[in-house]
Amino acid sequence: MRLNGEPRELPPGTSVQSLLEELGCDPNRVAVEWNRRILRRTEFRNALVSEGDELEVVTFVGGG
Amino acid sequence: MIVAGRSFRSRLIVGTGKYASFSLMKACHEATGTEMVTVAVRRVNLSDRSKESLLDYIDRERFMILPNTAACYTADDAVRTARLGREAGLSDWVKLEVIGDEKTLFPDTEALVAATKTLVAEGFVVLPYTNDDVVVAKKLEAAGAAAVMPLGAPIGSGLGIQNPGNLELIREAISIPMIVDAGVGTASDATVAMELGADGVLMNTAIAEARDPVKMAEAMKLAVESGRLAFEAGRMPRRRYASASSPLEGVVGARR
Repeated sequence: MRLNGEPRELPPGTSVQSLLEELGCDPNRVAVEWNRRILRRTEFRNALVSEGDELEVVTFVGGG
Repeated sequence: MIVAGRSFRSRLIVGTGKYASFSLMKACHEATGTEMVTVAVRRVNLSDRSKESLLDYIDRERFMILPNTAACYTADDAVRTARLGREAGLSDWVKLEVIGDEKTLFPDTEALVAATKTLVAEGFVVLPYTNDDVVVAKKLEAAGAAAVMPLGAPIGSGLGIQNPGNLELIREAISIPMIVDAGVGTASDATVAMELGADGVLMNTAIAEARDPVKMAEAMKLAVESGRLAFEAGRMPRRRYASASSPLEGVVGARR
């Protein structure tokens, strides 16, 4: 699968929630796009990442 | 200042970029008296998880967060970014940017109007960063924008209000708020913007790149307040020639 544009290996059936935990991301401070669809926070635990998925995990940074 | 039915005591909106540190940024925000700060939406840095988080330095009870769609060059990218920003920030407000030119960062107004329509239909409160073209401003208002945010000069240029005439025309032509966004360099630029009738001013670089950013932040707070007062007071007319302030009668030594 691809995470933020980079290829990544994950055990099959990894949930987005566990992926975020592994990355050290606070789920309340990020937004996740799963195959171009915005994933609600309530869906993180049930969304299981599979091969070929494209995930974007974004947060707020400084800007004008 | 009232935007989309929400009241703000401060008419200054401030960015969160370019500061030497997050704590300096926080001090500047406090010094400006702002109630709304802009942020960018970017991929989480996966390789450097030790980095401090911007959000640790923004008290969301005091400062409303306005996500932007900076560096988006198409309506699709801007809409996608806005949706992500909404999800991350749990707010419908967005500063919509669709950039048309890398060098000047001027907006692609055609794509901007299209993206505004799309986002308004999805329930967003859209504040589009635009140019100083009255025709575009009217299109953005018709598209449902909550305010119009014309640039004073290119982003980060500090050149001030380059076309006050056009900004006055925009102010006359639309009924939604006009917030001058981009190009302010120093206090007098912000005052000029307010004097010509802007409802607010948005700035980032003018504060972040000042030698003493906290002092400049305070200057900007006063500049926006004074400009607004001057606007509300109604300025004197401009005259081509002199009009004496002291009486012409009783001048010592005068002879008829």
